[in-house]
Amino acid sequence: MGHEFRDYSRESCPTVKNILLLDSEGKRVAVKYYSDDWQTHAAKLAFEKSVFTKTLKTNARSEAEITMFDGYIVVYKFIHDLHFFVTAGDDENELILASVLQGFTESVALLLRNDVEKRTALENLDLILLCIDEIVDGGIILETDPNNIAGKVATNAVDGAVPFSEQTISQALATAREHLARSLLK
Amino acid sequence: MAQPMLKKDDDRDDEVDYHPFFGIEKGAVLQEARVFNDPQIDPRRCSQVITKVLYILNQGDTLTQIEGTEVFFSVTKLFQSKDPGLRRMMYLMIKELSPSAGEVIMVTSSLMKDMNSKTDMYRANAIRVLSRIIDGTILAQIERYLKQAIVDKNPVVASAALVSGIHLLQTSPEVVKRWSNEVQEAVQSRASLVQFHALALLYQIRQHDRLAVTKLVTSLTKGSVRSPLAQCLLIRYASQVIRESGANQAGERPHFDYLESCLRHKAEMVILEAARAITELSGVTSRELTPAITVLQLFLSSSKPVLRFAAVRTLNKVAMTHPLAVTNCNIDMESLISDSNRSIATLAITTLLKTGNESSVDRLMKQITNFMADIADEFKIVVVDAIRSLCLKFPLKYRSLMNFLSNILREEGGFEYKKAIVDSIVTLIRDIPEAKEIGLFHLCEFIEDCEFTYLSTQILHLMGNEGPRTSDPSKYIRYVYNRVILENATVRAAAVSTLAKFGALVDSLKPRIFVLLRRCLFDSDDEVRDRATLYLKVLGGEAVVGETEKETNEFLFGSFDIPLVNLEASLKNYEPSETPFDISSVPREVRSQPLAEKKAAGKKPTGPAGPTSGPVVSAIDAYEKSLSSIPEFAAFGKLFKSSAPVELTEAETEYAVSVVKHIYDGHVILQFNCSNTIPEQLLENVTVLIDASEAEDFAEVYTKPLRSLPYDSPGQTFVAFEKPDGVPAVGKFSNILKFIVKEVDPASGEVEEDGVEDEYQLEELEVTYADYMLKVPVSNFRNAWEGMDPESERVDEYGLGARESLAEAVNAVISILGMHPCEGTEVVANNSRSHTCLLSGVFIGNVKVLVRLSFGISGPKEVAMKLAVRSDDPDVSDRIHEIVASG
Repeated sequence: MGHEFRDYSRESCPTVKNILLLDSEGKRVAVKYYSDDWQTHAAKLAFEKSVFTKTLKTNARSEAEITMFDGYIVVYKFIHDLHFFVTAGDDENELILASVLQGFTESVALLLRNDVEKRTALENLDLILLCIDEIVDGGIILETDPNNIAGKVATNAVDGAVPFSEQTISQALATAREHLARSLLK
Repeated sequence: MAQPMLKKDDDRDDEVDYHPFFGIEKGAVLQEARVFNDPQIDPRRCSQVITKVLYILNQGDTLTQIEGTEVFFSVTKLFQSKDPGLRRMMYLMIKELSPSAGEVIMVTSSLMKDMNSKTDMYRANAIRVLSRIIDGTILAQIERYLKQAIVDKNPVVASAALVSGIHLLQTSPEVVKRWSNEVQEAVQSRASLVQFHALALLYQIRQHDRLAVTKLVTSLTKGSVRSPLAQCLLIRYASQVIRESGANQAGERPHFDYLESCLRHKAEMVILEAARAITELSGVTSRELTPAITVLQLFLSSSKPVLRFAAVRTLNKVAMTHPLAVTNCNIDMESLISDSNRSIATLAITTLLKTGNESSVDRLMKQITNFMADIADEFKIVVVDAIRSLCLKFPLKYRSLMNFLSNILREEGGFEYKKAIVDSIVTLIRDIPEAKEIGLFHLCEFIEDCEFTYLSTQILHLMGNEGPRTSDPSKYIRYVYNRVILENATVRAAAVSTLAKFGALVDSLKPRIFVLLRRCLFDSDDEVRDRATLYLKVLGGEAVVGETEKETNEFLFGSFDIPLVNLEASLKNYEPSETPFDISSVPREVRSQPLAEKKAAGKKPTGPAGPTSGPVVSAIDAYEKSLSSIPEFAAFGKLFKSSAPVELTEAETEYAVSVVKHIYDGHVILQFNCSNTIPEQLLENVTVLIDASEAEDFAEVYTKPLRSLPYDSPGQTFVAFEKPDGVPAVGKFSNILKFIVKEVDPASGEVEEDGVEDEYQLEELEVTYADYMLKVPVSNFRNAWEGMDPESERVDEYGLGARESLAEAVNAVISILGMHPCEGTEVVANNSRSHTCLLSGVFIGNVKVLVRLSFGISGPKEVAMKLAVRSDDPDVSDRIHEIVASG
C-alpha cells in the first residue's frame, strides 16, 4: 500500500509524525513513523541520530523536555537507559504532544511494572509495540490516558498470564506513583 | 541513586552483553515462522516468533515480496487459535506486512468475523486492521458494520471506527460522507476521545462547505464539548471561520468571546491553543491580545519546560508584529535567559531583542555575552540575526552592538555562524554610515586569522569598495598586503584587486600600491600574477580600458551584472574568428528553465543551419536563432525580449495553442505554438487571424503559416507587427486559429485528399508594458542606485485605493512593471503596515531602470505608494510613472 501515510493539515487534526524509543546509545528499541517526510531507512536513521545527539546532554528525567529543529518539534523524556521521543510538525500544539509522550512513558512504566530499562523493554517488546499501536493510529492520536493504554495492551497479553494477571491496573498505578514519588525525593 | 538500583546495576555488569535478540538473523526467523503451520498451534511460541519478525522489520530490515507473502499466508492460519494475545499480535503483523489486494481477500472474512465478535477488543482492532488494508469494493461490504460501530456504546470500538473513517475519507470520500448522521451523534458522546475523533471526522467531511462549518462551530461553541483535545480542534475550526469571515464587520469578531473563554479552561493545552489562535488573528488589536498575553506570561514561569517553551515561542512570534504588547513579559523573559533548555533561552533572548528599548540594549548585551558561550551554533545564528535587526532599529547603539559582534567573531565557530556575523557587520556598514570605519576595522582584524576563504574574499572585496573612501585609507593597506603574503591563491588574487582599487581612488597611495603590485608579479599563482599585471597597466595608464578616468573606475568597480550561466552559454557558442567576442551580446534576462519548444524549433525545415549547440543555451538564444533564420524577420534587428508562453486555450481541448511575444525595437512577433491532439485529423495551412483594432499602434506586416500540423507533433505559426521605433506600444489582440482540416485513418495513417476549411476561437492576448522590461538583477541595489544620475530621478505619490492586503498591492505593482525584485523585498512581512520594495530592470532601448517603492496602508486597507525611479534616460523615468499611473 503506497498510501499508508497521509499528512493531515493543521486545520484538520493534531498529527504525530513519529514515535521513537531509543537506547542510551541512540540505537532503536522500537520506532514507528507516520509520515512520508522520511522515505528511506537511511533518512529515518539520520533523523534518529540527529534527535538523539541534539538531546543527549539535556536533563529530561524529572520533566519532559522539548526541542525544535528542521521544522519539527520533538518532546522527549529519558527513563534509565531509555529515551522516549514524540515528533510533530513545528506548528503543532506542544502540550498535545506532551500528552502523547506522557501516555507513552507512563503506560510503558505500567506494562513493565516500573522496570523501565532497555533490557526489560526488549524482553517485552511485544507489549511495547502494542502500546505504540494503541497510542497513535496512522498519525492520529488514539488514546493518551496511560491506564487505558496499558489496559488495552494487557488484556491481550499472551496466555493471560504475563504482567497484569497478578496485578490489577490500579495496583500497578499505585506502585508507579509510589516509585515516582521516591525518585523525586532522591 | 537509591540503593536497590545500584545493586541491580552491579548484577547486570556480569551479563552486560545480554540482549534478548542478540545475533538474531532474518533467515533463521523465517525458518522459525514455519511453526505457524503446525496443526497444533502453540500460541506463546507463535507470539514470540511474530515479535521476532516485528523486531527485524523495526530495525529496518525488509522482507522480499516472496518472503512477505509466505509469512502472510502462514500468519492467516493462526486465525484458528482462540488465544486473544496471539490474535492481537497477528493484527499488528498484518498491518505491518501491508498485504497486496490478492492477499487481503484471504483475511477479510476472518477479520469481518472478528468485527462482529462479542469481544470489544477484537472488534476495535479488526476495524482498524481492515480499514488499513481494504479497497473500495470490500469497504462497500463492511460499510454497514462501520456505521454501527461509530455509535457503539464501547468507546474503544467507536474511536476505532471514527479514526478509520478519517483515514478512509482520503480514499473513499463518497462512502464516508454517508456516515454523517452517525458521526454527528458520536460528537455528543460522553467519552472524551470519541468526541475528539468524531469532531475531527465531522469537520473533514464538511470542510469544503463553509456554511456547514460555520453552523458546526456556532452550535458546538455553546458548550457541549468536554474533551480537551476536541476543544483544541474546535478552537482551530473557530479561528478558521473567523479568518474566512474577514474583517468586514467593524469591531466585533464572531467567536472571539469563545476563544477568550477558552483562556480560562482547566486544561493547559486548550489555554495554549486559544492563546495562540488569538495572537494569530489577522489584524489583532492590542485589546484582543491582552488576555492571551496574560495567560502566556503565567506559563513562562511554569516548572514544565514544554509549557515554558510553548509560551515563549508564541510570544516571540507576537513580538515580531506587536512588540509593545509583549514588553510586560520582559522580566519573566529575562529570567529565562539562564534556562537550562537552550531552545527556550534562545527564544527568550531573541524576543527581548525585539521588544527591548534603547536604554535596555547595553544591559541585554551583557547578559547575552555570558549566554553565547554555551549554546550551539544554530542558536547563535538566530541571536546574531536578532542583534542585526536590533542595531538597525537603534542605530545610535551601533557601538556596543558592533563590539559585541566583533567579540563573538573572534571566538570559535563554524562557517555558517561566522558568515552570519560577517553578513551582519556588512549590513551595518551599509546602512549606518557612522559604523562604517569601526566595522571595517573589525573585519580587517578578523581576516588576519580567518580560516574561511569565502569570507576572506568577500571582506577583501568590500574593503576595496569602502576602504578608499574612509578618512584614512592608508591604514588598511597593511591588512590587505598581509593577505598577499600569507594566504592561499584565491585570497591573494582578491587582495591584489583590493590593492588596485585603493590605488585607483587614492592618488597619494598610488606610488606605494605600485611597489606592492610589482612584488605580486613574482607570485607562484598565475591568476595573481595576471591580475597584478593588468592592474599595473591600467593604473599606469598603459592599457586603455576607457577614454576617461571615470571609465577606468567603471572597469575596476563596475558591478558585473550579466548572469554567469548566460555568459557561459554564449562563450561556448562563440567560434574563434575575426570578430572579437562581444560581451554586450550576452543576454541579460535571467531564465529559469529552457523551454520545451526549443526542440520543435530545431526540427522545422527552415530551422537553424547545422546542429544546435549544447543544452546550456538559454531559451532566448534558441528563440533568437530560430527567428533570425526566417528571412522576413532577419531585418528586425536584435531580439530584445521573449515572454514566457501564455496559454490561449483551455487545458485538454482539441487544439492547444500558446503564444510567445518577441519584442524588437520596431516590431513585435507573435509566435503561436500549436499542437493537435486529435489522432484522426491533420491540419494544414494553419494561421492565426488577428484582429488588432484594440491595438492602434500595431500594423500587421507578415504572417508565416504552418504548412502542416499532424497529430501530436507541435509546430509554430508567426505573425509580425510593426510598431513605432523604441516605443512601448500596448494593446489587445483577439485571435482565431484558421486551418484546413483533413481526415486521417489512425490505423493506416492514410490522409483523405480533400480538406475542409475550419476555424477555432482562441483567447485574447495582450501586449503590456511589462513585455518591454527585462528582469535584470543588480548585485547591490544601494550602490547601483547611488551610481545613477540623481537628475534622472522622478518621484511621485499614488493612492492605490482599497486593496486586499499590502502584499497583494506590492505584487500587483511588481507585475505591472515586470521588473526584478531585489534583495528579497518582494516579500511583505505579515501584518506590517508599510513596506519598501526595490526593483531593477532594463527597459526597451537598453535603458537601465531602478525603482524604489514605498508602500503604506491605512486602517480600512487603503494603500498609498511613493514611487521613485532612476534610469539612464530621464524620459524612461517619466515613462515608468506613466505606466503606473495608467495601470
